[in-house]
Amino acid sequence: MNKEWKPRIVAFFCNWCTYTAADLAGVSRLKYAANIRVIRLMCSGRVDPQFILDALSKGADGVLIGGCHPGDCHYVEGNYKLLRRFQMLKRMLKDLGIEEQRVRLEWISAAEGEKVKRVVNEMVGQVQKLGPLGIPQKFEEWDKEMEHFATQVAEKDAACACACAERDKPALATA
Amino acid sequence: MSASSKPKIAFYWCASCGGCEETVVDLAEDILGVVAAVDIVLWPVAMDFKYKSIEAMPDKSITATLLNGAIRSTEQEEMARLLRRKSQFLIAYGSCAVSGGIPGLANQFPREQILKFNYEDAPTLGNGRPKTRPQLKFAEAGREVSLPELHNVVRSLDQVVEVDYYVPGCPPTPKLTKAAVTALLEGKLPPKGSVLAPDIALCDECFRKKTKPTNLSITEFKRPHQLLADPDLCFLAQGVVCMGPATRSGCGSQCTNGNMPCTGCFGPTSRVRDQGLKIMSSVCANVAPKEEGDIDKVLAGIPDPIGTFYRYGFAKSMLRRKVNLQANGK
Amino acid sequence: MMKQQANGEIRIGFYICHCGHNIAAMVDCPDVAKYVEKLPGVALSRDYKYMCSDPGQELIQKDIREFKLNRVVVASCSPLLHEHTFRGATEAGGLNPFFFHMVNIREHDSWVHTDRKEATEKAKALARAAIERVAYHQALEVKRVPIHPDVLVVGGGIAGIHAAMTLANAGKKVFLVEREPSIGGHMAKFDKTFPTLDCAACILTPKMSAVGAHANITLWSYSEVTKVDGYVGNFTVTVKRKPRYVNEDLCTGCQECIANCVYKEPKFADEFNEGLGKRKPIYISFPQATPQVVLIDPEVCLNFKRGTLTDKCKKTCVEACGEKKAIDFKQMEEIKEIKVGTIIVATGFQTFDAKRIPQYGYGIYPNVYTSLEVERLVNASGPTGGEVMLRDGRHPKAIGIIHCVGSRDKKTNRWCSRVCCMYSLKLAHLLKEHTEAEIFNFYIDMRTPGKSYEEFYDKLLEEGVHFIRGRVGEVTDWAMTPEEEGKLVLRVEDTLAGFVRRIPVDMVVLATGLEPQADAQAVRRMFNMSCGSEGFFLERHPKLAPVNTFTDGIYLAGACQGPRDIPDTVAQAGAAAAEAMVLIDKGYMEQEPNTAYVLQEECSGCKSCIPLCPYTAITFDEVKEKASINEALCKGCGTCVASCPSGSIAQRLFEDDEVFSEIKGVLAYE
Repeated sequence: MNKEWKPRIVAFFCNWCTYTAADLAGVSRLKYAANIRVIRLMCSGRVDPQFILDALSKGADGVLIGGCHPGDCHYVEGNYKLLRRFQMLKRMLKDLGIEEQRVRLEWISAAEGEKVKRVVNEMVGQVQKLGPLGIPQKFEEWDKEMEHFATQVAEKDAACACACAERDKPALATA
Repeated sequence: MSASSKPKIAFYWCASCGGCEETVVDLAEDILGVVAAVDIVLWPVAMDFKYKSIEAMPDKSITATLLNGAIRSTEQEEMARLLRRKSQFLIAYGSCAVSGGIPGLANQFPREQILKFNYEDAPTLGNGRPKTRPQLKFAEAGREVSLPELHNVVRSLDQVVEVDYYVPGCPPTPKLTKAAVTALLEGKLPPKGSVLAPDIALCDECFRKKTKPTNLSITEFKRPHQLLADPDLCFLAQGVVCMGPATRSGCGSQCTNGNMPCTGCFGPTSRVRDQGLKIMSSVCANVAPKEEGDIDKVLAGIPDPIGTFYRYGFAKSMLRRKVNLQANGK
Repeated sequence: MMKQQANGEIRIGFYICHCGHNIAAMVDCPDVAKYVEKLPGVALSRDYKYMCSDPGQELIQKDIREFKLNRVVVASCSPLLHEHTFRGATEAGGLNPFFFHMVNIREHDSWVHTDRKEATEKAKALARAAIERVAYHQALEVKRVPIHPDVLVVGGGIAGIHAAMTLANAGKKVFLVEREPSIGGHMAKFDKTFPTLDCAACILTPKMSAVGAHANITLWSYSEVTKVDGYVGNFTVTVKRKPRYVNEDLCTGCQECIANCVYKEPKFADEFNEGLGKRKPIYISFPQATPQVVLIDPEVCLNFKRGTLTDKCKKTCVEACGEKKAIDFKQMEEIKEIKVGTIIVATGFQTFDAKRIPQYGYGIYPNVYTSLEVERLVNASGPTGGEVMLRDGRHPKAIGIIHCVGSRDKKTNRWCSRVCCMYSLKLAHLLKEHTEAEIFNFYIDMRTPGKSYEEFYDKLLEEGVHFIRGRVGEVTDWAMTPEEEGKLVLRVEDTLAGFVRRIPVDMVVLATGLEPQADAQAVRRMFNMSCGSEGFFLERHPKLAPVNTFTDGIYLAGACQGPRDIPDTVAQAGAAAAEAMVLIDKGYMEQEPNTAYVLQEECSGCKSCIPLCPYTAITFDEVKEKASINEALCKGCGTCVASCPSGSIAQRLFEDDEVFSEIKGVLAYE
């Protein structure tokens, strides 16, 4: 990266509570960090763990999930299902070497515009301190071990191909 | 007279256990049909060979290579690249080649930790003093001898070279193998990149499906050794994690028939990007409690989520590896 | 990378809106448009001042035709505001409306960030995500949900009454459920209403009778809603009818039973009169109660012991009832289930509990009253027949009315309760009329916003009521001078005069504020509504949808949504009734087609999804041995989609591919 790194956080907000709260924060002209990009879903229950890890693997430094408070889900219990998945995901992320503060679940109701501001600012601050997660860059670095070897093999093959061509010429003629 | 007009087939093994080779042998009498129809040019487990003879083959002269085992050493990488050049079709055979398999779980640890444990710290070692490690190069009788190096990262075959087809399973069943080979020989192959197993989850063929309740709500997880499993009841209904709902069918549900839960060796369906996350998403959503503390208590019944959900597919999972491990060395 | 879809080449029209200065001040719109122009799949990229305006919408339509666009993306305000508008424009242009996607760069960007460069970069990232996503959009049809023509109105105060009457007069069948034994709510307790000084009972009771008599209204008093199932157009509501121990159909309201009760004198605290009066175990809440039916309190009636029937009383009431045989001690609670299409929640408010401010002496000094108690005192049908008499029997010569009790205070309720200044003025006037006492009003600000309200205040000034601007610090009976002996002294800083005063009075009236009902949280969960931060029910939008909630088919009327006076309450009740009528008369409602669907070939029948749906939209088809989703029941939360372990359930408008492409797009721009 040639420019100064700034955290990029992907957020999954549920339509009825969190997205509306973020709209309220906007209407109230509250100011918060710009590092967050919101993806709208109808319910936090729609948040597939694949989305979270996909975001991280594509370069997100953090993922924020917003849902309705327990008991208040517009679809009755979607947020509970997410919570259960999230409790296991937290453990898996730890085993995968990802700091806890990078993936966060917050319950934010439609009236809590202030909370959106507070949570975003807090999370951006924490991720800033943790530094870039940089998984695409990590993939590149890991695969360098093949790069070096691939060139070696290619050179060897090229050398051998010449040799084979030489050796096979008479054999093919007699077959 | 040219060696044969029969199609050339190669089998090769990388970081594997030999089980995939067993499957070919398990074709039993069907193997005769195979042997008669093809010219096996490479099969390390059964026939001697030299690298030079492979290198000497013209490119794409092998009709199909069935390569099993994960790629985790420089030798395996070299052979994978070589066989890719020499083969018309390169088939990832078995879970290790398809998705890294059980060796893929090594991606949770630094290479140094693995080497240290295996060559120095394991309690059953009789490695002498001082404990020696395999050397990449050493002098022997006046010549320099080299050994392959272990990569830092375990990879599936398609993370190294382009793969034409995938035959999943740990190991693939004889039936699946025969079908794949037959399809090859008859030229009736699906689009490139297909997995040669049904694209529907195991529950479709599992006899326990009819005993699975429609209101599953898990209050406790048990591992297979922690209970005497009911031989007819769906494992999830007994609190045992079964990967079946997230795993392709086609294996004849041998594990569930053998009173063991599915562990996911046939890999995910084509509509799923990360098998481990999907089964986790499903099983956890069906857990009973609603409070964090209570949920955690139930989930504690799965002490090793990476090992359980990613048993065969860690190398192909979305993150591939524990991300804070070094790229190289320690 | 050009996305090849089954429908051929993708041609996206991208529009970024300046929204006047709202977006353009912080986001460099032309720059974003230039960036998007180069993205794959984009056929044209424009920036424009006001996309939601008619010319803006026409521009989209024209471009669709001229440039053969097959996707449209607009980056402007929140989709919650204008997604519908732009979908309409897309449809008018000849495309399926769901080939449209919206990017929020106002509420989520220009209004909340301060660095122009960062805000512009964010807009680019969000725009890119939409471009990536919209390519995956499929043509979809809105689904129509039929609307059951009956309506449920919850709460029989003036709001509920007016809403019910409006709907009933329009020919709709209304269920009006009220928790108290009679409808009328708080308004029935008032004496006169401001600013006209109409008698509350005189304007309310005709409406109450009309409700009781209306053919289209089923009035269930002394009843509560206990469960609400279903969704807009199709609610199944469970109502618990509490036992009066009197048969409503047989009681004529003659009240002979009350006269002949074994209790010769009323003995028990009377709820309607705020505990100032007494009633017997068999009683009617107030003379004009609707329905005109008595009820029996099993906690104090001698025929019960602590609520359980013992049948040991002489039952002179039954004797007095005679042939009507209306009294039924064996009456049980009744559970009713009704089907309605729309619901209006008009559950009202509760007054602030003055005991929470002990320094005002409520419950400590007997002559400190709440405003509601005073309403009953000055009322001719109140416990004292309209005579303003203190608890110790004296008539007050000096009265202090303290405004803002519980309101405008960080320690109790932050909001202004809107009606207290006006009713304090009204009480000042009434008390002066009844007692000729010296009246002091202690206020912070005088809030008189309505029609003729300021003029009412002027009148009070002319009547010689004393107005002291200052928040009362304490009410005390500790006398510092002989004049203060036996009085209640109010200590207050007179902020206009500039010094602290001690005002001795005989009676203190606390203008208690309005707050949400005690069970507001439980009620709103039952109706699947949200509450605002103060605890009042939350409207969908304060300006654009003040009577709607976020749940389709459920509307709000009256003070349950926030403090308001009677004129506003009635207006709002009419608005809620109109909204309900829109749905009923149209007969159907269009639902966003974001339902889940099972891929029939691919489903393995693993049953993992079945227990997840709160609407029981997913069932297991025993014949096919696969999951099956009833689209009419699916509300589109997507929980089953996220759970399906083999990826065999998908959600329209929120397909996996669509979300993954958004993730990719949002991170593609560094």
